[in-house]
Amino acid sequence: MGNTITEKILMAHAGLSEISAGQLINARVDIALGNDITAPIAIREFRAAGGQKVFDRDKVALVLDHFTPNKDISSAQQCKTVREFAAEHGITHFYEGGQVGVEHALLPEQGIVLPGDLVIGADSHTCTYGALGAFATGVGSTDLAAAMLTGELWFKVPSSIKFVVYGKMPKWVSGKDLILNIIGRIGVDGALYQAMEFTGETILNLPMADRLSMANMAIEAGAKNGIFAPDAITEEYVKPRARRPYKFYASDADAVYSQVIEIDAGKLEPQVAFPHLPSNVKGISQAGNVKIDQSLIGSCTNGRIEDLRIAAGILKNRKASSGVRLIVVPATPFIYRQALQEGLLEIFLNADAVISPPSCGACLGGHLGILAEGERSIATTNRNFVGRMGHPKSEVYLASPAVAAASAVLGRIASPEEL
Amino acid sequence: MIFTGKVWKFGDNIDTDAIIPARYLNTSDPVQLAAHCMEDADPDFVKKMKSGDIILGGENFGCGSSREHAPIAIKASGISCVVAKSFARIFYRNAFNMGLPIFESKELADAIAEGKEITIDSTRGIITVEGSDQQFAISPIPPFMEQLIADGGLMKHIAKK
Repeated sequence: MGNTITEKILMAHAGLSEISAGQLINARVDIALGNDITAPIAIREFRAAGGQKVFDRDKVALVLDHFTPNKDISSAQQCKTVREFAAEHGITHFYEGGQVGVEHALLPEQGIVLPGDLVIGADSHTCTYGALGAFATGVGSTDLAAAMLTGELWFKVPSSIKFVVYGKMPKWVSGKDLILNIIGRIGVDGALYQAMEFTGETILNLPMADRLSMANMAIEAGAKNGIFAPDAITEEYVKPRARRPYKFYASDADAVYSQVIEIDAGKLEPQVAFPHLPSNVKGISQAGNVKIDQSLIGSCTNGRIEDLRIAAGILKNRKASSGVRLIVVPATPFIYRQALQEGLLEIFLNADAVISPPSCGACLGGHLGILAEGERSIATTNRNFVGRMGHPKSEVYLASPAVAAASAVLGRIASPEEL
Repeated sequence: MIFTGKVWKFGDNIDTDAIIPARYLNTSDPVQLAAHCMEDADPDFVKKMKSGDIILGGENFGCGSSREHAPIAIKASGISCVVAKSFARIFYRNAFNMGLPIFESKELADAIAEGKEITIDSTRGIITVEGSDQQFAISPIPPFMEQLIADGGLMKHIAKK
């Protein structure tokens, strides 16, 4: 009996020759990630356990991206705690200030996470790196403390759901729409404790930016990880970035799946997740007349250069509707510079957008784009829970950069086709 | 272990933003976090609940973010344990790692009203309801997780090894 790609990566990192779903294993960690919100607790636990030294200073990544640039004194204190720990341990991958980007955009971009890796992060969207063919999963701060101390962590081997996607995606339909559609079908616990493996002819041609958006939202279906088999597109993305060896794994033809779900991407239209769950998804044609106060384009889901190019293509020679606050957040300094050099920032400024520094702030209701009572934002982010972006009586609608840009122009949730 | 307390009921998919909104994550101080426990699900929760009470959730309790601040806020508020139909996986992990007792029961949430007093006997795996003959089974905990609890959480378990 064969194994899935998820099982194979876990097997290799646990030093086992066979493995099956449900098994509890102890596995070696290639990269352990924390941020300014989750790392302080991990550091406290690490020290309380008598930790003197991290297991490998090249395999810990600490990224101060959530409440930065520091939003208040308490946030500044949290950053200080992490900064001092990083200095004390000589952490190689420590990012802050003008070098910091949104962690899940930054780590793949910088070649820190690679195909075949086992990555844990004290951030639920760590599952993003499955786009590269890595096993990557979100954990808590105590898990991060344990991994920083020992270089290992316990895992329950997940069963896998195979998604077979076929058909040519219509214009304005992206990886974001595909994953929103999938979450709408299976629900926010549809893949609870399981791996989501994305396959099929549509996936074979899907650009890396779209794969990253999809893997990013696996957690929104309750999944442990989302994963794509690495291929030529992966190689093209990874090769210029990697500074250490990496390995491509693939599922066996006779691998066992708990479920196989087929999706015809040719029939999709842009999708919108209505409040207050990422599974509350409708096609754009069913959205109705929903007026918006804010449009947020950015985040670990959709703040990459490809996303900004799509948004700029729509916003060129147009302006955000009066009364709509358009906020664009390039996810990393590299993307920011690319957007500058390609003239995208000029287009955004001309469209009356606010260009934010790279930060997770607005997505999680931290700062840099908070909603007041009764306000609505369309956002290219990944969560629309009650109070996610501000007041408990505000609303978040999740969509692609194309829909967020078109909605900013029209002042209501809209398809780019309406422009 | 035995837990006896009044239950506070919540629905399905109670996310970590409802348990502890991100606007309060500029601290990891348990006391400060506890002051906002469950705030976006029920703004009056911390005023109404008493130490030893029990949270009773539906499916997928604790979905969303990986923030360990969520089980920390619940534990520091004085809630003794959480019973739900199912738990989101990171919350489940975090609860065991940091020592918040949690139990799965598919039936309990639909069978009793808010305010009922229940007793959970984790050794026998049984939940009883005050003033009633009803009994509910707790889904068994894997032996490894039992060991984690017995050792006092993940870090102490590692130290022991």
